[in-house]
Amino acid sequence: MKNRPPGEDVDNIVQLSQAEMASADWSDLLGRLAVKPDKSIYARLFNHFAPRVKAYIVRLGVAISAAEEVTQEVMLSVWRKAHMYHPDKAAASTWIFTLARNQSIDWMRKQKYPQYSLDEWSETACESGQGEQEVLSDRVAQAISQLPEKQAQVIYMSYFEGRSHGDIASRLDIPLGSVKSRIRLATEKLKQIWGGDEYEH
Amino acid sequence: MNINHHLDDATLISYSAGALSQGMALVVASHLSICPQCRERAEHSDAVGGALLESLEPETVADDMLASVLTQLDELPTKQESVPVTPIVMDPEIPAPLREYIHCPLDQLEWKRIVPGVAYYDMPWEGHGVSRLLRIAPGKAMLAHTHNGNELTMVLRGSFSDEVGRFCRGDVADLDDQIEHQPLVDSKVDCICLIATDAPLRFTTLFGKLVQPITGF
Repeated sequence: MKNRPPGEDVDNIVQLSQAEMASADWSDLLGRLAVKPDKSIYARLFNHFAPRVKAYIVRLGVAISAAEEVTQEVMLSVWRKAHMYHPDKAAASTWIFTLARNQSIDWMRKQKYPQYSLDEWSETACESGQGEQEVLSDRVAQAISQLPEKQAQVIYMSYFEGRSHGDIASRLDIPLGSVKSRIRLATEKLKQIWGGDEYEH
Repeated sequence: MNINHHLDDATLISYSAGALSQGMALVVASHLSICPQCRERAEHSDAVGGALLESLEPETVADDMLASVLTQLDELPTKQESVPVTPIVMDPEIPAPLREYIHCPLDQLEWKRIVPGVAYYDMPWEGHGVSRLLRIAPGKAMLAHTHNGNELTMVLRGSFSDEVGRFCRGDVADLDDQIEHQPLVDSKVDCICLIATDAPLRFTTLFGKLVQPITGF
């Protein structure tokens, strides 16, 4: 049994969050949480992201019956790992997306999804300034919405349904190569957002 | 490290979307752990995921979830306590993501011989394709084959050449059914690769078809 009823804490925090939510800059908020644990900041992030995380993981294939539990785990890890977040490196939505993806897969496969360490983010040069990721993030969303239907379809089937290239190919009854070229074309369009990659492989 | 062969955009998107098999994701994560160029591209792919997350129609979560989570926050370890333990094996030959599954130097693994000069070590999971380390002696060639799906190969030691080019340590060959190839080891030492396929290989010679059952591909 808990000695301290959580209710009081929550009421205060939720009131605060609803008043300021509209103008909140999520990456800035998460960046503040990275520097110093703060429950009221966390609660505002929670109210915005938990319902979206749940929507995402259900689409990805986590059973409805487990969705609440996995969402809770993801949101707990936001608190636990907040100190690893760099606002100038990724938007809050991107960072929380990777946590939700990894934990959903771990849950569905009972196997850890192989990852490169988040710590290594700090090794990559940070060229963009504070707040710029948020602007980029908006542009990414806009660019996705402008993709031709066939390209958007393979992107959605990848991210929202977790389908492999082969799986998408058989679903759409098109060759594997077509799935990959559609994804590549979509990526080319999205690349323009980052000022075009100078490197080819 | 001078890396000349990188991951395909379509593979990076699939990795970021969480749509790769364990084996394929392991090769991708291993390459990302040593390739800053691909890592930057992977971060862009993750940003696509972030934007899509933000675009979703929110689902209702239980009213008491926030209260329950806030109560649990006090019980969570602080960041000092939650720093991950440094892996026991720091063999620089083994990329960090692979160290989860390989706990000794590559030479000490229990390699299983397929044919003289070719041996493998399987990753501890099962799937539609293969996920293993492959060790091939100098001058030996893999049997000519193409793929029903994708094949990812990352070189950990030595080098090989095929119809696409020459692949050295750190390079990744990201191939699909558009390519038929016969990799030939051209280094003085054994070539050790981490490979994964998402469907069985298709050997293109009669001999290859005959030995397929015993090679485990």
